[in-house]
Amino acid sequence: MPRIENLACAVAMVLLLLAPLYIGPYNLSLLGRFLAMGILAMGIALVWGNAGILPLGQGLFFGLGAYALAMHLKLAALGPGEIPDFMQWNGLDSLPWLWDPFKSGAFALAAAAIVPTAFAAALAWLLFHRRVGGVYFAIITQALALAATTFIISQQPYTGGFNGLTDFSDAFGFTLTDQRTQTGLYFVTVIILVLVFLGTRWLLETQFGKLLRAIRDGENRVRFLGYDPAPYKVAAFAIGALLAGIAGILFTLNIGVISPAMIGVVPSIEMVIWVAVGGRDSLAGAIIGTLLINFAKDKVSSAFPEIWLYLMGALFVLVVTVLPDGLGGLLRLFIREPREESRKTLVLPVLVAVGDETRDDPEN
Amino acid sequence: MTELALLVGQGFNGISVASILLLAALGLALSFGLMGVINMAHGEFLMMGGYLTYVTLQFLPHGVGYPIGMVVAFAGTALFGAALEVTLIRRLYGRPLDTLLATWGVSLILQQAARSIFGPIGNEVTAPAWLAGSLTVSSGPLAGFGLPLARLFIIALSAAVLALIAILIVRTRMGMLVQAVHQDRAMAEALGINTRNVDLAVFAIGSGVAGLAGSALALIAPVTPTVGQSYIVYAFLVVIVGGLGSILGTLFAALLIGLFSAGWQIFTSVSTSDVLLLVFVIAFIQFRPRGIVSARSRSLEEG
Repeated sequence: MPRIENLACAVAMVLLLLAPLYIGPYNLSLLGRFLAMGILAMGIALVWGNAGILPLGQGLFFGLGAYALAMHLKLAALGPGEIPDFMQWNGLDSLPWLWDPFKSGAFALAAAAIVPTAFAAALAWLLFHRRVGGVYFAIITQALALAATTFIISQQPYTGGFNGLTDFSDAFGFTLTDQRTQTGLYFVTVIILVLVFLGTRWLLETQFGKLLRAIRDGENRVRFLGYDPAPYKVAAFAIGALLAGIAGILFTLNIGVISPAMIGVVPSIEMVIWVAVGGRDSLAGAIIGTLLINFAKDKVSSAFPEIWLYLMGALFVLVVTVLPDGLGGLLRLFIREPREESRKTLVLPVLVAVGDETRDDPEN
Repeated sequence: MTELALLVGQGFNGISVASILLLAALGLALSFGLMGVINMAHGEFLMMGGYLTYVTLQFLPHGVGYPIGMVVAFAGTALFGAALEVTLIRRLYGRPLDTLLATWGVSLILQQAARSIFGPIGNEVTAPAWLAGSLTVSSGPLAGFGLPLARLFIIALSAAVLALIAILIVRTRMGMLVQAVHQDRAMAEALGINTRNVDLAVFAIGSGVAGLAGSALALIAPVTPTVGQSYIVYAFLVVIVGGLGSILGTLFAALLIGLFSAGWQIFTSVSTSDVLLLVFVIAFIQFRPRGIVSARSRSLEEG
């Protein structure tokens, strides 16, 4: 990574860490929430931008993480022998067995990370080892997000239904309504964001990352070189889901509620557009895109809710047609980077196009 | 009601759902098979067809109005589809995932536009008198069992559309061109076929059929801005199970998925049957990753 970008990242990090000094509690809580989503967005940049797999159901993995933690928070707010309010309203008189282990915070945290990762890995393996990819994979992940939300809504006694889980009082011994807890939570979010950023950046520079990009640009050629792309794609997708799960944990802590409306088809595809705006293969771009769109959504949709959907729709169309590399691509036009690997050389697109043609040939 | 009646009733429901899915999926399957393009706004074409029928019926008397409404729905959505192909989809050829995102943007805009024009609440299209009643079985073990005429009409309509498209593809010169481009685009181009025009025609027809589906759907449910959303994901699953661009495969897949959901709904709720449907689809493509009818080709990555 060029020196100027390292410098920019360091400055951004300092600015983020000092944020509680110069922005108010309302915006700080927004920022914390959006930074949590930035972690998920980096996962999409890895899966989509680098491995070429379009995930349209990241909301599901996000939701698995979020719900796992929310179940613990819900139980933590209860006295001994009590069960959550929505269960009482739905006529349950004892805690379902599935909820039992979530009394332990450690279990909930572990589940929030492991369940989405394992689920994603299993799904991806089932599809990729049969060479189901591209548009097919995208559509199946979307159908999954749809099925998951309708399922959660229908199982109201066990999941809280349409309203989701809310009314948390404290988390791991801290009172959530306390402003100091909120500020602390913000710092935790920033630190995890930075760690994930560094970790993912490192991962993308290893052999593994290089292979992912090779698979993206020409899966068959990777095969001809003797690699089986499936395990790499499975790993990438699972890591993306892990990051979504982590984001789910932090998001729920920051906002204090999780509901099916936050994890369904529409939020899932919006997550992709955050990354597309930032520049699909860039980690920093993913975070910037997430912050930009979410702050814009917060301001515009509260003032002009009707206009927001038009804007969002236009954004999808414009980013894809006019700015396929997002803001990051726009920036790269000005900052010349000394990388040999760029897709934007003259020769490569031709090769890529040839590879694409075999890959996306309608005959297949 | 006897168990037999329940079974027959769900079977009829399944076929009725399948016939709508078929109409919705035909256009998707055709353009996906031909161009490798997934049109996320396809569901909104359904919605548009419904509203076009509704608007037509505001001006024309019922009875004659509805068939004219169907024609308007077909023509209107076909024109809109053609415009979308020329302005947007053509630019993204060879980038299927990007097309998917861009057309999603279009679908958001169309939904919001419908909401702004017609309001968020559904608009009823009352079926004309000749479609209003139901056909009742008068004797035998199913006595008293009724089949709504509107649903029978939709089944007949989708059978007719399917037959027309099959004839169009197998028997006409245009169909020959479509097959040529489908088999080998580069070779077809080399032989002087204007593949862009073929793409455009297929996309427009597919959009028109979606409009027709919306018009038919309006008979049994109010038209809402999000009506497309509720059908589109299933239509996609039909395309996946059916196999790329195969009309026969699409037919089988629509029946399979329609009957599967209707069958499970006897035993469980709609949402559970949705989850089971998805499990079924994922299991299915373990055995036939290319769908029920897979096109044979010698190109790379087959099998």
